[in-house]
Amino acid sequence: MFRWPTHPQESALFTAATTQLLAASGEGGGFQPPSISDFFPPPILFAGTPFEFNRIQLVRLLVTAVVVTVFVVGARRAKLVPGRGQNILELVLDFVRVNIAEEILGTEKAKKYVSLLTTIFVAILALNLAGVVPGLNIAGTSVIGLPIVLAAWVFVMYLGAGIRAHGLGGFLRTSLFPPGVPPYMYVLLTPIEFLTVFVIRPATLAIRLVANMISGHLMLVLVISATEFFLVEAGPALKAYGLVTFGAALALTLFEAFIAALQAYIFVVLAAVYLNLSIQEEH
Amino acid sequence: MIATVLTGTVLAADGEGSVLVPAVSELIWSVVFVAIIGFAFYRYALPGFQKVLDERTARIEGGIEKAETVQAEADAALARYTKELNEARAEAARIREEARVEGNAIVADLRAKAQEEANRILETGLRQIEAERQQVMVTLRADVGVLATQLASKIVGESLDDEVRQSRVVDRFLDELEASTAVSTKGK
Repeated sequence: MFRWPTHPQESALFTAATTQLLAASGEGGGFQPPSISDFFPPPILFAGTPFEFNRIQLVRLLVTAVVVTVFVVGARRAKLVPGRGQNILELVLDFVRVNIAEEILGTEKAKKYVSLLTTIFVAILALNLAGVVPGLNIAGTSVIGLPIVLAAWVFVMYLGAGIRAHGLGGFLRTSLFPPGVPPYMYVLLTPIEFLTVFVIRPATLAIRLVANMISGHLMLVLVISATEFFLVEAGPALKAYGLVTFGAALALTLFEAFIAALQAYIFVVLAAVYLNLSIQEEH
Repeated sequence: MIATVLTGTVLAADGEGSVLVPAVSELIWSVVFVAIIGFAFYRYALPGFQKVLDERTARIEGGIEKAETVQAEADAALARYTKELNEARAEAARIREEARVEGNAIVADLRAKAQEEANRILETGLRQIEAERQQVMVTLRADVGVLATQLASKIVGESLDDEVRQSRVVDRFLDELEASTAVSTKGK
C-alpha cells in the first residue's frame, strides 16, 4: 500500500528521485524510465467505447487462454496414474486444497470452497507471472479492475457463507457485535467491525495485490531500461553500470516470480480466513 | 509536489487512468476474463480432476479392501488347517490307544482261554484215571473172590466140602481182604 514519506529527509530524497524520473520521461530519447502510464496503454480496439481493449487486456486474454487451455485439456486427459504434466497440475490443486483450504477451513468445510480458492489462486498466479514473461512484461493483476473483481467475488462469497451459516441477523450479530465484550465497548467496536467486514477486507485484498504488481513492474522496468540505457546509449565510462543493472534485472525477475506466487498465496489464504471467520461458530 | 503527483495518479487523473479507481472498460474486461476462467474451472477443469482423484481414492480403497479380504481368507484357511491337523493328531492318538487296549484285551482273553483249556484237559485226565481205577477195583473185587476161593480150596483141599464151613471161611476171608483193601486204599 502507499505510505506517504513522513521523515523530512526521506521525503526530500523521494521527491528528488521522482522529479528526476519524471523529468527524464519527458525527454524524447535517452533513458526511458518506467511510469504509471505503463498501466494505461492506449487502446488497441473499440476506442471510445466501454469495451476499450488495450495491451493490458491483451495480456489478460493470452493468460486466460493459456490457463483455461492447460487446465481444461489437463483435466480431460487426466488419468488414474498421472503423467508428468498431470503431476504438476495436481501439485498445484493439491497445494490449494491441502495447504490452504483444509489447513484453514478444516477438511469438512473446505470441500465447499476448494473450487473458489483453486480458481482464484490459479488465475492470480498466472496473471501475476505474466509480469516476468518476456514479451508480455506486465502482470494482468497490475491494473486495479481485475483485483477488484476477484476481491468482490471473495467478498460476496464470504458474506453469502456467513448469512447461510448464521442467517442474516446472526451473521451481522457475530460480525458486528463480537461476544465477550462489555456492552459499552460496542460503541467503539461496531463501527470498526463494520468497516473491517464491509470495506477493509475486500479493499485490502485488491489493493495489496495491485500495489505489489505495480511496484514489481516499476522495479523491473527500471533496471531493464537502465541496462539498455547503460549498454546502448551511455558513454563508455558508464557501460560497466550496465552489468550491475543487468544482474539486478535477473535477480528482480526471479524475485518477481516469487512475489507472483506469494501474492497469489496471500490472496487465497486471506480469502480462506475471511470465509472461515464468516462461517465459524460463535465462541 | 509529490503529494499532488501521487494523488493525481491514485485518484482520477485526467487522460491517464487511476491506480485505484478502475475505468469502466477495465472493469468490464476484468469481469469477462474472471468469468471465463471461473466458468472453465467450475464447469470442466476442477470436476475433471476431482473425478480422477475420486477414482484414484476408490481404486486404492478397493485394493486395500481386497488385500484385507485375501488376508482374512488366508487366516481362516490357516486356522482351519491347524484345527484339522490337531484333530487328526488326536484321532491318531485315540486309535493307537484303542489298539493298545484291544491288544491287551486279546492277549488276556487268549491267556484265559488257554488256562481254561489246560484246566479242562487236566480234569478230563483226572476223571478218566478215576474211572479206570473204579473199573479196576470192580474187576479186582470180582476176580479176587474167585481167585482166593480157588487158592483156598487148593490149600484146604477136601476139608471145605461142607456148606457151612465153606461159607464161614469165605466170609472171614472177604472181611480180611476188605480190611486190607481199606488199609491199602487209605495208605494210597
